Amino acid sequence: MTSLAIAANGLRKSYGDKVVLDGIDLAVPEGTVFSLLGPNGAGKTTAVKILSTLVPADAGDLRVGGHDLAAAAQAVRASIGVTGQFSAVDGLITGEENMLLMADLHHLSRREARRVTAELLERFDLVAAAKKPASTYSGGMKRRLDIAMTLVGAPRIIFLDEPTTGLDPRSRHNMWGIIRELVADGVTVFLTTQYLEEADELADRIAVLNDGRIAAEGTAEELKRLIPGGHVRLRFTNPALYRDATFALGEVTRDDEALSLQIPSDGSQRELRSLLDRLDSLGIEADELTVHTPDLDDVFFALTGGTTLPSQPKESAR
Amino acid sequence: MSTFSLAVRDSRTMLRRNLLHARRYPSLTLNLLLTPVMLLLLFVYIFGDVMSTGIGGTDRSDYIAYIVPGILMMTIGGTVIGAAVSVATDMNEGIIARFRTMAIHRGSVLIGHVVGSVLQCVMSVVLVGAVAVAIGFRSTDATPLEWLAAFGLLVLFSLALTWIAVGMGLASPNAEAAANSAQPLIILPLISSAFIPADTMPGWFQPIAEYQPFTPAIETLRGLLLGTEIGNNGWIAVGWCVGLAVLGYVWSTARFNDESK
Repeated sequence: MTSLAIAANGLRKSYGDKVVLDGIDLAVPEGTVFSLLGPNGAGKTTAVKILSTLVPADAGDLRVGGHDLAAAAQAVRASIGVTGQFSAVDGLITGEENMLLMADLHHLSRREARRVTAELLERFDLVAAAKKPASTYSGGMKRRLDIAMTLVGAPRIIFLDEPTTGLDPRSRHNMWGIIRELVADGVTVFLTTQYLEEADELADRIAVLNDGRIAAEGTAEELKRLIPGGHVRLRFTNPALYRDATFALGEVTRDDEALSLQIPSDGSQRELRSLLDRLDSLGIEADELTVHTPDLDDVFFALTGGTTLPSQPKESAR
Repeated sequence: MSTFSLAVRDSRTMLRRNLLHARRYPSLTLNLLLTPVMLLLLFVYIFGDVMSTGIGGTDRSDYIAYIVPGILMMTIGGTVIGAAVSVATDMNEGIIARFRTMAIHRGSVLIGHVVGSVLQCVMSVVLVGAVAVAIGFRSTDATPLEWLAAFGLLVLFSLALTWIAVGMGLASPNAEAAANSAQPLIILPLISSAFIPADTMPGWFQPIAEYQPFTPAIETLRGLLLGTEIGNNGWIAVGWCVGLAVLGYVWSTARFNDESK
């Protein structure tokens, strides 16, 4: 059995009256990717801040890299690297100077500092921009520099707080590649994200955080099985046809405004065929048919009973 | 590595970072020099003759001698506003959060700012001092020891005001607010004995001019450079400096370590 890189038991944190983390347990084995998934305000960033020694917890038995967070914060800091949600680069100096600053703070020798800086700038495709002030970088470049800076000390545990939020699709895929490389080197990655797809791509285990509690935890597959959110959506332009279909299909969710119907489905070929056969036999032809697979919204509807969320906001979006 | 050598090493790294900022963006520092230099030229060339008569001098050069120590202290007050601004700017950057998650000496961030600001104060004083010399300021019969004491006083005063400015920077939500809250540091010399002797001011106002750090510091510097009477002012000035430095240090470190933010 491998040892745990991150272990939290009964982690609690509140700001004033507001309970942000209400006793959560986390266990992340070394060399794995753990993803904390949740909407804005779920407490993801607070969890990262606590585990990376930025903010003290109110309660909980917390160990990172084998060190107790409360008793040996400095030892924890020596074994972690953190890339926060907001860019943690010094915009006033160049990318290269940012890297050398990190090398100095990790007490590397001059030669070592030059070597690590050159290597990481190369790896993160920042050589051309190395001599430019970091404030002139694009969002994706800043993120890459940010992660490159985090890697200067060769940390064994890395916290990435929403590393791809605000990135374009290409940059996002590049970031995923970077994270995979890290894991291939045996680094433990603690990743927060709002995107189920991202957790799905990268994480060995996923915990869904909602309202300060872990609503569900497991592998991506395990989580998806919990979600009954998959459906087929039929849209009509002809109101009469829409009415016919509504009566004929029975158990559906209607949206009279958009003239569209939702039929629960796991999206499998078999279920789709049987649905299409049924539509054919009834002589109903929809103007548009889309297959909707479970996403984070569905996870939350399923795991929280949708009590705190407006009902089906997705369906009003056209 | 021992705690002390870690502190020195990390503080040096942070100082290098701050000096790099100052070198890349010199406009902030140079802007802050504008006020003391302009006031110096205004009071000497425009008001100089009247002011000179007012302090019982014969011509403008007497007033130059009178005003320069105050202008030098004011230069320090102006330069540390830069420290308040750069600390406030820094605190709004993610990089500070990064520093906090690294195994570095905690105080090094602030120490880097403070040492950097004191060095900038010294440079500013040298620049403004050069202007003063260029328009005719001469120190009369200051011994090397007095020169040394004058330098020491300027550094100590810079240190004291810097810690206060750093506290202001940490307490401000952004750079603009920091610049505003640090304004008194350049206003205070206007109501000190920098431009006219405190005992020529209206009676009700004299306590305001006397019981503040600039007046004793200016009187002491004046005495060291020009041989005027220092009296108790030396100790009072040192007392103010030590008091302000300790206050600013305690305030700043408390704000910086306030982790609930």
